[in-house]
Amino acid sequence: MATRRRFLFTLSALAGITLAGGVRAQAPAEREALLRQITGGAAVRPGRVTFDTPELADNGHAVPVRIAVDSPMTAADHVRSITVIAERNPRPIVAKFTLGAYSGRAQVVTRIRLADNQEVLALAQMSDGSYWMGGARVVVTELACLEGG
Amino acid sequence: MLARIEVPRQARRGEIILLRIAIQHPMETGYRPDNFGRRIAKNVINNLVCRYNGVEVFRAEMGSGMSANPLLQFHALAEASGEFVFEWVDDSGERGSERAAITVSA
Repeated sequence: MATRRRFLFTLSALAGITLAGGVRAQAPAEREALLRQITGGAAVRPGRVTFDTPELADNGHAVPVRIAVDSPMTAADHVRSITVIAERNPRPIVAKFTLGAYSGRAQVVTRIRLADNQEVLALAQMSDGSYWMGGARVVVTELACLEGG
Repeated sequence: MLARIEVPRQARRGEIILLRIAIQHPMETGYRPDNFGRRIAKNVINNLVCRYNGVEVFRAEMGSGMSANPLLQFHALAEASGEFVFEWVDDSGERGSERAAITVSA
């Protein structure tokens, strides 16, 4: 019984933190380390990536997202990959999508889990090796992971 | 694994076509307890590949941040008549695949 009480207490404490926190930015150092892990230290420029998602998502278990990258998608100039990042999730790298000139259009639509209110990011690598990033802030009413559902 | 794909039956050469796949899968995160409080092992579809006449046109490497019953929508350039093949595998090693034919006119 004691464990159950402690569990419920922890749960309510977590919920309290979440409500008080609102949308928080991730510490820049942590973000930098995570990006370096993906890019191998290459520069990441803001822009060219559009991250569409509802500002207020009522179900953190399935948040619809649409990621589009501004690219002509030709053999000479195309998007090589798109990495979706949710820094406040227990595992921040959600997915990596590999595209090419044969994709015709650099756009991916899917549904992701969000464990907290946060700024979700999409990192695109172009065929010339450059990295571009875009993001969107999302407030989640029912969080994924916490209630064990 | 039940899955549903959407591939246009016909397209013109050079047309950008929309491809869609939804797979029935719990995408277990590894954080969820069962009714006895034991942690259910992580089991997600970690890799999905879409090939068009044998050429890879899309790949998704996924983690526990993907929703249950994953849905993916992407595009491809119609070049020649043939077949789209979707193949995927989960952490438990279970595999699935779906295929659909396309007729491309000049």
